[in-house]
Amino acid sequence: MWGQLLAICAVIACGVGTFIMTQSALAGLSFTQQSYYEQSRFARVFSNVKRAPLSVGKYIAEIPGVSQMQLRVVRDVTLDVTGMTEPAVGRLISVPEHSAPALNALYLRSGRYIEPNSPDEALCSEGFAKMHGLKPGDKVTAIINGRRKELEIVGIALSPEYVYQIRAGQLVPDDTRFGIFWMGEVALSAAFDMQGAFNDICLDLTSDANEAEVLRSLDRITRPYGGMGARGRRDQISNKFISDEISNLKRMGLIVPGIFLLVAAFLLNVVLSRIIALQRDQIAALKAFGYSNLAIAWHYLKMVIVVVLCGELIGLGVGCMLGMQIMNLYTKFYRFPSLVFMLPMHVVLGSFTVSATSAILGTVGVIHKAVSLPPAEAMRPEPPASFRPTIFERLGLNSWLSQTSRIIVRNIERRPFKAMFSSLGIALSVSIIILGHFSTDSLNFLLELQFQVVQRQHVSVAFVEPYSLSALYELQHMPGVIRTEPGRMVGIKMRFGHHERRVAIAGLQMNPQLSHLVDAEELPIRLPEAGLVINTKLASLLGVKRGDIVTIEVLEGAQPTWQIPIAALVTEHFGLSAYMNLHALNRLMKDGDLVNTIQLLVDQKHRDELYKKLKETPKVASVTIKEASIRSFRETVMENMLQMQFFNLMFACVIAFGVVYNTARIALSERGRELASLRVLGLTRGEISFILLGELAVLTLFAIPLGILLGFGLGKIVTTFLDTELYRIPLVVSPKTLSMAVSVVAVAAVASGLVVRRKLDHLDLIAVLKTRE
Amino acid sequence: MVPSRVGAKSVYCARGITKIYRMGEVEVHALRGVDLDLFEGEFVVLLGPSGSGKSTLLNILGGLDVPTAGHVSYRGKDLTSNDDALLTGYRRRHVGFVFQFYNLIPSLTAKENVALVTEIAQNPMRPEEALEMVNLGHRLDHFPAQLSGGEQQRVAIARAIAKRPDVLLCDEPTGALDIETGIVVLEVIERVNRELGTTTAVITHNAAIAGMADRVISVASGRISHVKTNQHKQQPRELQW
Repeated sequence: MWGQLLAICAVIACGVGTFIMTQSALAGLSFTQQSYYEQSRFARVFSNVKRAPLSVGKYIAEIPGVSQMQLRVVRDVTLDVTGMTEPAVGRLISVPEHSAPALNALYLRSGRYIEPNSPDEALCSEGFAKMHGLKPGDKVTAIINGRRKELEIVGIALSPEYVYQIRAGQLVPDDTRFGIFWMGEVALSAAFDMQGAFNDICLDLTSDANEAEVLRSLDRITRPYGGMGARGRRDQISNKFISDEISNLKRMGLIVPGIFLLVAAFLLNVVLSRIIALQRDQIAALKAFGYSNLAIAWHYLKMVIVVVLCGELIGLGVGCMLGMQIMNLYTKFYRFPSLVFMLPMHVVLGSFTVSATSAILGTVGVIHKAVSLPPAEAMRPEPPASFRPTIFERLGLNSWLSQTSRIIVRNIERRPFKAMFSSLGIALSVSIIILGHFSTDSLNFLLELQFQVVQRQHVSVAFVEPYSLSALYELQHMPGVIRTEPGRMVGIKMRFGHHERRVAIAGLQMNPQLSHLVDAEELPIRLPEAGLVINTKLASLLGVKRGDIVTIEVLEGAQPTWQIPIAALVTEHFGLSAYMNLHALNRLMKDGDLVNTIQLLVDQKHRDELYKKLKETPKVASVTIKEASIRSFRETVMENMLQMQFFNLMFACVIAFGVVYNTARIALSERGRELASLRVLGLTRGEISFILLGELAVLTLFAIPLGILLGFGLGKIVTTFLDTELYRIPLVVSPKTLSMAVSVVAVAAVASGLVVRRKLDHLDLIAVLKTRE
Repeated sequence: MVPSRVGAKSVYCARGITKIYRMGEVEVHALRGVDLDLFEGEFVVLLGPSGSGKSTLLNILGGLDVPTAGHVSYRGKDLTSNDDALLTGYRRRHVGFVFQFYNLIPSLTAKENVALVTEIAQNPMRPEEALEMVNLGHRLDHFPAQLSGGEQQRVAIARAIAKRPDVLLCDEPTGALDIETGIVVLEVIERVNRELGTTTAVITHNAAIAGMADRVISVASGRISHVKTNQHKQQPRELQW
């Protein structure tokens, strides 16, 4: 029984391991987030305006509930980094020159804080510095209002606002092409002609503040200054990503461990049933000697507990290792001063309680049945198994079956539940592989859809403010530009009933060739002459359908309010978005034929020349290079996924092997005598192996489609969990994943089959003649 | 001492068979140099108390075990080489086994238990025919759990003879049965020996059964102690124990 108990131990270890992994990651991430936010006095309310005089700050500070206020100048600029041809985006944020910021305190990783009256000094965000090997003393060139300005990095810093350093509208963080620079407020205001003014507000609130009320008051005050609408910490983008991850961990952290512990409970049930069947006479003897039922039950329960404890210990080790691995992965995405691995005592106790409970639930019935047999009855061997013709045969298909096949079919049919659970166990390992790998398939699908079908441009350029198309003539004729498509992004609030969301309307050309809109079937849809096209996620959040009329509150310019019908819905996997005909949008804005983005199709031969030109163009606020986004995404996300998938695969093998091996060993123990008799009668090793392994093959073959179904089901649950405002992961399972799931399970089944086959080759033929079972 | 039968061909020829088992740290000498011949068509009873070595002898004759020393051949073919495929083939083609505890496959009916063997035999009877022979033609579709001990043993005999084996080796065939049922089973074995001419060896510790044999070979302490040829064979019905 050693091998079997060891296999069960391994399954429990996997369950405990995955539990510890997710729970420790959850604890570590939540704790780090909480304490960092507290220590750094992370703001609770954020807003931005086009430009407001500092005197407005007085009114903001008077809003009831506001305890701290920070008024800043924040601007995105183009960076020219040595060694990189393409332009990067730098976000310049003003900080007080004489003291550290009261809110969103900076954590200095190295170097020092800026000194007063040193207009060129800047602190650089850690991610960007790492990617470019920047250290204090190095210089970076920013293009501010068309002028090149050398920034001297004096320190490397972290901010709670940019733990997840992603630019709005980007899919993944790209530390190479997006950097944060904190500069003295005097220097920054001067550079952007913002002396005596600000364009960004951060607030902290008193503990009894009503956040919604503060947001409304702030919006009222900032509205005349081009206020873009205030948002709470909940909607702050970096925080949102981390909080999403935390809630995913909370939900996902139970599925996989649950599967393992379910399988372990089943296996323990099967193995213990067999052990008790073999020890019937011993139980009877002990009871005859006067041992109580409780004493005997405790004896078997002790064995269960030993197995659970071993599994728990191994799982604890594996879980800690994986938890650290996850933390390691998090440090690549989340910039905390320190991200520590944590293993709270309640998690350890919790894992033990859960694994022990599942094991005891799996075995309590068997133990009860064994101890409640009267000694005299237990002393007699178990009555011979009753069989009957199978459904197969009752349907008149007898002649199809050889005698050996009949043995297989009848054995399966005699204990359908056991067969079903064995199959289910194997099926679960198929589903675990699918679960672990579909995310890669889905992301591949998303990358393909997003970057090949939807976004067909090579480069997208955003401007500091809207310009007339003619003003952008120069850009359309830059080297290597094959095709341009202008667009306009307008920040709005969309309202329907009592639902409201802050999004941007993208004004697109009539027949956009570079930004396609697609429906649920990925077929391109035409942009209607008038009316809005919004994505299905936004529609469901607002509760609107085609034909409904929504209220649009424009957050820019004259800030008009419109009533516009929803003309069509598009399926998108990222963010919330709305589209409109560019001309219709401009007509409504009543400020002329303006654009603030241009999508470019570029001849790759002239790429570098184009980048150089773009860096020098003053009107350009940011340049996004599609290829680079994909690359950085693949580099970070996919690589890390592969690591986790390796473990996932190992886990799936443990289940598959554990279930098949146990089933085979139990079958061998139960039927060894029968098979040895057949050998005596002249059946070959191959022929008797067929009977035993054939049964396993049938169970495995049945398990594979079941496992695929389960995999899709679990995948569906996971994708439902991952359906957030930020992104939706579609359930895509590639043929490669399916074939891998099937082959891993098949290999595990064959391997355990071979182990059992070796035992079959050494059956004691003589012993069976003299013993009655 | 090699008993001979004039005019009959030797089926088994064993010379100097020794079998030593290792049980933990103890060596058990199960057979200590046995010489034995069995002849075509004869009915032999190997008689001896438990532990005498008679089962070991039968196992070696049946190709289930090989001697530690000595030589055994079946119709001139060597049975002492430890070649599993060879021994399996030998059992498959030539030997019918009957066990003390029947060893039927519980998931197969009487007919199917017989068919299991006939499927792999070269010139078998029909399973029904074999079961008729043991007077179980009316219980073809019963599972072992639905049959009495005697009936199960008769199914086992039908299974052993259905492939028309050259030898029928029975290891305590009545050991688990009461007298009345035991006699029915012995009648069937006797009938098979008589009607099919199958060389039959029955091992037993029950001396009463010796009366129905052509020859009675007594085994004690790993040696053949005595060989007796019955001038008058008794019918199973006439046996008493």
